[in-house]
Amino acid sequence: MLAFLIKRLIQAVVVMFVISIISFSIQDNLGDPLRELVGQSVSEAERELLRDKLGLNDSFLVQYVRFAGKALQGDLGNSYFFKKPALEVILAKLPATLDLVFGATLIIVFLSIPLGVFSALKPQSIFSKLIMGLSTVGISIPVFLTAICLIYIFAIELSWAPAFGRGDTGSFLGLWDTSFLTIDGLSHLILPCITLASIMLPLFIRLIRSEMLEVLQSEYVRFAWAKGLSPSRIHYIHALKNTMLPVITVGGVQIGTMVAYTILTETVFQWPGMGFLFLEAVNRVDTPLIVAYMIVVGGIFILVNTIVDLIYGLVNPTVKLIRSK
Amino acid sequence: MPLLQVKNLEVSFALRNGSVKALQDINFSVERGDRIGIVGESGAGKSVLGFSILNLISRPGSITNGEVLFEGRNLANLPAEELRNIRGNRISMIFQDPMMTLNPVLTIGTQMIECLKAHRQITDENARKIAIQKLQQVYIPSPETRLDQYPHELSGGMRQRIVIAISLLMDPEIIIADEPTTALDVTIQAEIMELILELCERNDVALIMITHDLGVISQITKQLFVMYAGRIIEQGPTKEIINDAQHPYTQGLINALPQMTVRGERLQQIRGSMPSLNDSLTGCAFNPRCDHAEDICTETLPSYTASGGCKVACHLVEKMKNQEVLS
Repeated sequence: MLAFLIKRLIQAVVVMFVISIISFSIQDNLGDPLRELVGQSVSEAERELLRDKLGLNDSFLVQYVRFAGKALQGDLGNSYFFKKPALEVILAKLPATLDLVFGATLIIVFLSIPLGVFSALKPQSIFSKLIMGLSTVGISIPVFLTAICLIYIFAIELSWAPAFGRGDTGSFLGLWDTSFLTIDGLSHLILPCITLASIMLPLFIRLIRSEMLEVLQSEYVRFAWAKGLSPSRIHYIHALKNTMLPVITVGGVQIGTMVAYTILTETVFQWPGMGFLFLEAVNRVDTPLIVAYMIVVGGIFILVNTIVDLIYGLVNPTVKLIRSK
Repeated sequence: MPLLQVKNLEVSFALRNGSVKALQDINFSVERGDRIGIVGESGAGKSVLGFSILNLISRPGSITNGEVLFEGRNLANLPAEELRNIRGNRISMIFQDPMMTLNPVLTIGTQMIECLKAHRQITDENARKIAIQKLQQVYIPSPETRLDQYPHELSGGMRQRIVIAISLLMDPEIIIADEPTTALDVTIQAEIMELILELCERNDVALIMITHDLGVISQITKQLFVMYAGRIIEQGPTKEIINDAQHPYTQGLINALPQMTVRGERLQQIRGSMPSLNDSLTGCAFNPRCDHAEDICTETLPSYTASGGCKVACHLVEKMKNQEVLS
């Protein structure tokens, strides 16, 4: 267990190093930060002075080492726009984004497993064909279009759910502000979560279906039939457990990706999360904020994947994370 | 009434362009404690026959004609729940590849106990005791620890022993063994074969042994059925067939066996390969590969000719016999 976590930590360091280099080179090439920092009235000589002072004239390597040294102490620079530490600005928006991702994940888990399993067990039924047809449609519609359609139908025409914003939040143990604790917050979550889930849901239904179909053809399932087990035991104990192994792996990566997908969803729904903030930062060329966003998202990716690997190790006996004896 | 009687069994696979018959006119019966062998090349329909006895043919295949009578009940059209009660309980199966037959994510114990629980009211504790007892019967060392292990922690031979133990859990009347040693090491093959034989004899279980290995079958079975292209082409007492095969195909199979006494000679083989089920052949399915084929062989399907204790589906049995006598 410990050995696994240490190995993971080393991997994480390498990944974060690569992310930091990439994001830093973007910073270096993303226009002139001076334009955002000072007004138009400042003369070129003064600008040059300021550049020198900020160290923008140093070589890439010197700048990177300086950046990395500070980053290791948790200092990713000040946001040009908010005039506050970039990391602080990002982390303040993290709960809102995680609410969205968590909600979408719940929708995906509770819909994709039953739908995928059903369409694998009864591939000929009309309902299965309907699921497959709709999932193709779901994959092909871009996120922003889904969002706009949902807003039009459920917010404007039917006024069942609010069209934008986060609504009231409740405090979870005084540590975390979440929309899941208030009715108003939940109603605000519905449409953005459905939108975010709409990209991944069809993928997971199809993945579970095809994995399950394959497992149902396997020798051990046939042997389970020959043992005279009940169909429910064969389907849900023998087949489903094996089906979920690759799904868990893919799922981990996809939850990480979903954090990135929130950019579009948050923009359409004016959701005050990290993705929305990131897009604003790009518009304002607020480079420290952009870099901080990329590093935080990279960190989330690594964290999610580590957790998924741990879960995988628990489910799949052939993978030994914990050396016994 | 025989314990198991297969009557005119026909199994077809529905394909996009019509259906093909994987088995036709299969007739045989099994008595309590019998040991019968079914041999043939790959694709002859041996495994399909094994699976169709328990009505385990998966889509797009199905039993399209005939009956599988077990104690007078027809397994071919029995309701699912009654069929489930026979599978693994009265008739059990040993599969070919022990690496694939056990579920990789469940412990050996789970896979044994669930079988007991599927067929009778029993506590986990008692089921565990029976499982341990059966593992002892198949000579698995320290059975208690094995129960908590996963299949990947055990060797192939060990896994096949466990599969055999599972097949014995409910003390069945019949065991169908579908090439139980093909996937195993040669040294282990003999051990497993001996084990199956010993257990069947001790528990008075009827054995249906499906294999392509004539050597194996000649040692342990009393009755032999030779299959070719979905039909039984020769049947009779094993000894009689091994010593004096009548059908040219069976003769070919026996001649193809390597002999310890003859050194440095090429092995004989049957030329060509088995026709695909899609090919529409008239007459005897073996005629394109047969050295003796005459016009009649390509025209009409041979019916069984009795020859000694055997029945042979060949037009030329009598003729070849006469030639033998003359020469």
